[in-house]
Amino acid sequence: MPLPTPRLLTGAALALVLTTVAACSSPTATPGTAASDASVTLYSGRNETLVQPALDAFTEATGIAVEVRYGGTAELAAQLLEEGDRTRAHVFLAQDAGALGAVAKAGQFATLPEATLDLVDDAWSDPDGRWVGVTGRSRVLAYNGSMVSGDALPASVFELTGPEWKGKVGVAPTNASFQSFITAMRVQHGDEKTRDFLEGLAANEPQLREKNGVIVSDIEAGAYPVGLVNHYYLWEAAAEKGVPADQLATKLHFFSDGDTGALINVSGIGLLANQPDADGQALVDYLMSTAGQEYFATKTFEYPLVSGVATAPGLTPLDQLDAPDINLSDLDELEATITMIKEAGLL
Amino acid sequence: MLERVRAVRRPELLVGALLAAAVALIPAVYLVVRVAEAGLPRILAEVTTPRVAAMAGRTLALVGLVWLGSTIFGVTAALLTTRTDAPGRRVFGVLLALPLAVPSYVAAYTWAAVADLWEPSGRFDGFWAAVLVLTLYSYPYVYLTVASALAGQDQGPAEVARSLGEGEWGVLRRVTLPGVLPAMASGGLLVALYTLSDFGAVSILRVDTFTRAVFTAFSVGFDRTGAVALASVLAVFALAIIVVERLARGAEKRYARVGSGGPRRPRPLGLGWGRLPAAAFLGLVAAVALGVPLASLLRWFLAGVSRPGSIGEVVAAMGASLGVSLLGAVLTVALAIPLGLYAARVRTPLALGLERLVFVTHSLPGVIIGLSLVFFGINVAYALYQSVWLLALAYVTLFLPLASAAVANAARQAPPSLEEAAESLGLTPFAALLRVTLPVMLPGIGAGAALVFLTAMKELPATLLLRPTGMDTLATRLWTYTSVEAYAAAAPYAAILIALAAVPTWFLATGSGAFGRDDS
Repeated sequence: MPLPTPRLLTGAALALVLTTVAACSSPTATPGTAASDASVTLYSGRNETLVQPALDAFTEATGIAVEVRYGGTAELAAQLLEEGDRTRAHVFLAQDAGALGAVAKAGQFATLPEATLDLVDDAWSDPDGRWVGVTGRSRVLAYNGSMVSGDALPASVFELTGPEWKGKVGVAPTNASFQSFITAMRVQHGDEKTRDFLEGLAANEPQLREKNGVIVSDIEAGAYPVGLVNHYYLWEAAAEKGVPADQLATKLHFFSDGDTGALINVSGIGLLANQPDADGQALVDYLMSTAGQEYFATKTFEYPLVSGVATAPGLTPLDQLDAPDINLSDLDELEATITMIKEAGLL
Repeated sequence: MLERVRAVRRPELLVGALLAAAVALIPAVYLVVRVAEAGLPRILAEVTTPRVAAMAGRTLALVGLVWLGSTIFGVTAALLTTRTDAPGRRVFGVLLALPLAVPSYVAAYTWAAVADLWEPSGRFDGFWAAVLVLTLYSYPYVYLTVASALAGQDQGPAEVARSLGEGEWGVLRRVTLPGVLPAMASGGLLVALYTLSDFGAVSILRVDTFTRAVFTAFSVGFDRTGAVALASVLAVFALAIIVVERLARGAEKRYARVGSGGPRRPRPLGLGWGRLPAAAFLGLVAAVALGVPLASLLRWFLAGVSRPGSIGEVVAAMGASLGVSLLGAVLTVALAIPLGLYAARVRTPLALGLERLVFVTHSLPGVIIGLSLVFFGINVAYALYQSVWLLALAYVTLFLPLASAAVANAARQAPPSLEEAAESLGLTPFAALLRVTLPVMLPGIGAGAALVFLTAMKELPATLLLRPTGMDTLATRLWTYTSVEAYAAAAPYAAILIALAAVPTWFLATGSGAFGRDDS
């Protein structure tokens, strides 16, 4: 059977390409012109397993479908910056304030209404009202209860550069939460003291890991006794093992007296500018409502930031923590922090 | 026998080749745009620091060692399985190709996980761990290309050498190995460029290479300029490696057989007492490379309580993986054919340069490729943005070198005299291409498609950035679960991914004809 002539082939190929391109053109979500469509597009830097149930509950309560794009917080922030005002996202849920700050700085967020911002303390939202904190995440020292007794634990995070902690401290310098912690130290104690801490830590044979979760599993396995992580990783480790958190060997030590080690960071949410309808605000309202906050308190074991919502049992309530008095928007200046961490050799 | 091919102009191939190159160079254009935006002084300031110099040394050392290890092991294994009488060589021959089906991030995760079997606080990480893992899971690039070349090698020169008094080892050294030098070089090039671009293994094993630094630059302070600067250095390294490979290979010789006569089976090399040790060696490597990941996955699945959401979730991920990988493979091969043919038929520097230029993109980290296509989608092809077509285009930019290497190798082994004969019988050059050359090249094209398909299935960072909102592939599902330490839920996805990727790998191994023949 002879092959079709080249012309016929080319024509057919061209037709095929054009048809498929046409068929695959999705309706563009040009800002401002789409009618309310009971659907909202969310870019979530928070993991699907943690957040999807809350979004499903939102859809059930309001009838608004949520199309979620999951990714790493940093990659999604980079994507939003790249997309500019042609973004298809309506809402951005980020794992840390730094990412929200970066998008806010590029002028891509809409200002949130006063009613939303008033739900939380000023410390937990952007001073210009462009994003609001949804849950709180406390820095802690996780420790293996059988390797270290409670009274041997340091009172201040600065003690971790001492000789008794040589080779025994796990840290994850590539993690946003560690960088926020170091920036907070710069704000609270100045660059000089921070540089000394970083160099002391680097010289003390720290156990460097890529992720906080790995540090907690290492501590649980007895690889080393302590590590600087966020509080909720304990419950994440417990969930994977299928046991209640208090049955793990790993315990949490909260620093107190306003020590930098007690820093509370937030996961937060912002509305992209040019909202086509009120669905995005509805999603924000839900996550800040009692139902939404209770979900985070009981399922992800984070701190609800809206007052009047109970913290998970077994977790020291927010108002009993002696966190340092730091405005999270001051933690925006990450560049100098990163340079400092790099120069100390931790990154 | 060996002859130089005369230069012939082929405008229709040139158009196709330029189109392919244009697509593959989208990330390069993105880098140039962003570099211009930031200004060259800022970029130079970012890259001329002692830390970057140390990173450069480390990255190049990693690339060099992995290339060396892959080449040595790949060639040795290819020889042992195709040209000796080692027992079990056909079985090992196929098994030794299968590590290609294991994504580097899965390999690194699972190897790191067995460290605690050795000692409770054992750690498997650092530079040498990365060298081991990257060598073990990318040597198949060299192994498969060399094995296939050995299978297709004309036996004429070997017989002439024997008739002139060379012993078997002499024939090996002086005829066989030089004959597969192009295959070694092209496989080695893929290994080197892949190692430059790899992020999964180096991030899990904590080696500070350029790719990891690019990712860190994004995630710490959203420093696009820093990331772009580092990625540009990677592109420069890639260009340097490509140029070095070109120079080392010297003049292009064609290795096709034009004479008459049936293909003669190569005479197997007798190993004597070395037969069993050789077989044991091959078996050990295959067992370790495949066994460690599978053992770790099983351990995780049994030790943890998390599980995938539902069968539907798993099936949807499988369907999506297969669908986009297939689309990507078809698109890539369609563009690789004119590119590879142009490079093989037209011997001008432009042609060869074009074919090699697309390799530069292969060295860039997936996150840069992803962002460059976001840039392209937002600014040029908005209708395609966040659709499977843009994702498939990303696969083209990432994997065009894989396909074009296979196509070019196949084109080199298809003698142009057949085309000339067809033209002398009245066909136009284009028709001769379609009706004579392409059918002959079909096995090579198929190999290219299989390679792109299996590599696309493993791809993660670009897929995360470009997938249609709500679509998940096996790789992205794996990422979702490992991000929250839910390794037991991740394990089935990893296992299915490896199993599905093993199918085209198996075809690559057996289709080359290197391991399927009866002994004579």
